[in-house]
Amino acid sequence: MTGSRLAGAIGALLIVGLVLGALAGDRVAGYRFDAQDSAHTLEPPSRAHWLGTDALGRDQLARLAEGARVSLLVAIGATSLALLIGLFYGLVAGWVGGRVDGLMMRAVDVIYALPDVLVIVLLIEVLQVTLVGVPDIARRVAALVAALGFVGWVGIARLVRALVLQAREETWVEAARALGLRDARILLRHVLPNISGPILVAAAFQIPAAILAESTLSFIGLGIQPPFSSWGTLASDGFEAMRSYPYLVFSPCLAILLALVGFQLLGETLRAVLDPRRRV
Amino acid sequence: MIRYIAGRLLAGVFVLWIVASLTFALLRFLPGGPFDKEKTLPPEILRNLERRYALDGSLGEQYANYLGRLVRGDLGPSYKYVGRDVADILGDALPVSIELGLLALAIALTGGISLGLAAGARRETALDRAVGMVSLIGVSAPSFVIGAGLILGVGLELDWLPAGLWEGPRYAILPALTLAALPLAYITQLTRAQVVAVMDQDYVRTARAKGVPEGRVRRHHVLRNALLAVLTYFGPLLAILLTGSFVVEKIYAIPGMGRFFVTAVTNRDYPLVLGVTLVYATLVVAANLAVDLLYAWLDPRIRVAGDEP
Repeated sequence: MTGSRLAGAIGALLIVGLVLGALAGDRVAGYRFDAQDSAHTLEPPSRAHWLGTDALGRDQLARLAEGARVSLLVAIGATSLALLIGLFYGLVAGWVGGRVDGLMMRAVDVIYALPDVLVIVLLIEVLQVTLVGVPDIARRVAALVAALGFVGWVGIARLVRALVLQAREETWVEAARALGLRDARILLRHVLPNISGPILVAAAFQIPAAILAESTLSFIGLGIQPPFSSWGTLASDGFEAMRSYPYLVFSPCLAILLALVGFQLLGETLRAVLDPRRRV
Repeated sequence: MIRYIAGRLLAGVFVLWIVASLTFALLRFLPGGPFDKEKTLPPEILRNLERRYALDGSLGEQYANYLGRLVRGDLGPSYKYVGRDVADILGDALPVSIELGLLALAIALTGGISLGLAAGARRETALDRAVGMVSLIGVSAPSFVIGAGLILGVGLELDWLPAGLWEGPRYAILPALTLAALPLAYITQLTRAQVVAVMDQDYVRTARAKGVPEGRVRRHHVLRNALLAVLTYFGPLLAILLTGSFVVEKIYAIPGMGRFFVTAVTNRDYPLVLGVTLVYATLVVAANLAVDLLYAWLDPRIRVAGDEP
């Protein structure tokens, strides 16, 4: 148990660092993330530029902090969206039951069978083209949030439904019914708090999954694009000149790795604490 | 059992039809046609182009036309790679991706299962902790981070292996390792957890009490149960290998399907996108079906339940 507590503490520490970095943004570096400086291109890390500068003379630390902002925004947005849809869908399916439940779950099965990448890539493409008149960065972030949220809600809906099915047979639900409470009240005030542990754990694991997906999509050129900054974009830029300027690929990769390990550790700790089924 | 298989096959075909229709619909609702990027064409040329690629009918006609050709295995001509059929392009790219994927699969399975067994059987030892630490990084890291590490370390610094292109067995090692990293780590964790759980079961204790040698206990009782858990992971595993191949093929400049898919989407090369999507979806559906059948075969409880209508 002490080992898992230590792991949780390390995870929390990494995430606090990430959140602070994201809140501060490019202010931590003292340079704007998109400020170019043709006199100082491709400089290795120094006192003036802690993580060096890229091919256009932009400060790498500023770009990294800006990237943290984008990554976190997309991850939190996508997770909230997935949680919202998944909760609603799962609660309704599990509570109503019967043929409605059967139909709703068939629909989920079909979505589940579609390969995630394809759905994400196609949705992003559609959204980016349809959202006309929105600034580029907002459009790309919105497209990512929607696409990742859409892929994520299915798993949450399945989980919520299974938990509701279990809970509705409990005697305290019967008691609430006998007292004459309305369905909505039983669901929201009694059932939901009782099943919230495992749901929270599932949501906690959605965040690193979304960060991973966002950075990967940006890496292959389908997510955030320059001049805006995301860890995936930075890593992709870094790859171009990896042999001569390894520090440019090193810093975004390390940032992603630390953030993801942090969330993974936190998720596992949460699971150990909140999810009785997984307790050994 | 036959009814079960037939039912599953039918469901698979249904999913593929949904995929085909959804992709078709999504791509057609995108503003902008495939010939927009070139300079403005005179209207009569545009009309001819659209007729040549069967884009001139109503949406319903195009859809019927598309499904009809699909059933006959014809994926149509590519818009961007003039003069080439989609089936032809995929015929070149698919074997490359499959080779890479199978190699990664083999690495992930053998490595993950043996590491998981070793760590699970020696719980709370230094080996267990080391495996735990490495697999934690493995399940967290995006494949381009692993790729960057391998290319910089093994490819450039040590200069042991080629860090790009696809020209022979030596060229496959780094990409396959990169692609295998995530599933390898996950299978390790999965196997370890399963081994730990099984080791405490009554039947394992009984086997030991009967005097069955430790090696035999592990092979017959522990390994078999751990394998069942790995098998359930097979569907998601395949999806991970597919996703990973997008990135891995990009960073190692490998001429596989993943690279085509990304460029095809941005080029609005509809037939190519539809073709790649369908191939991927078919692979995933087929893999899920195979897993369910294997599972039923390995686990008698499911076999019995599956027979009931």
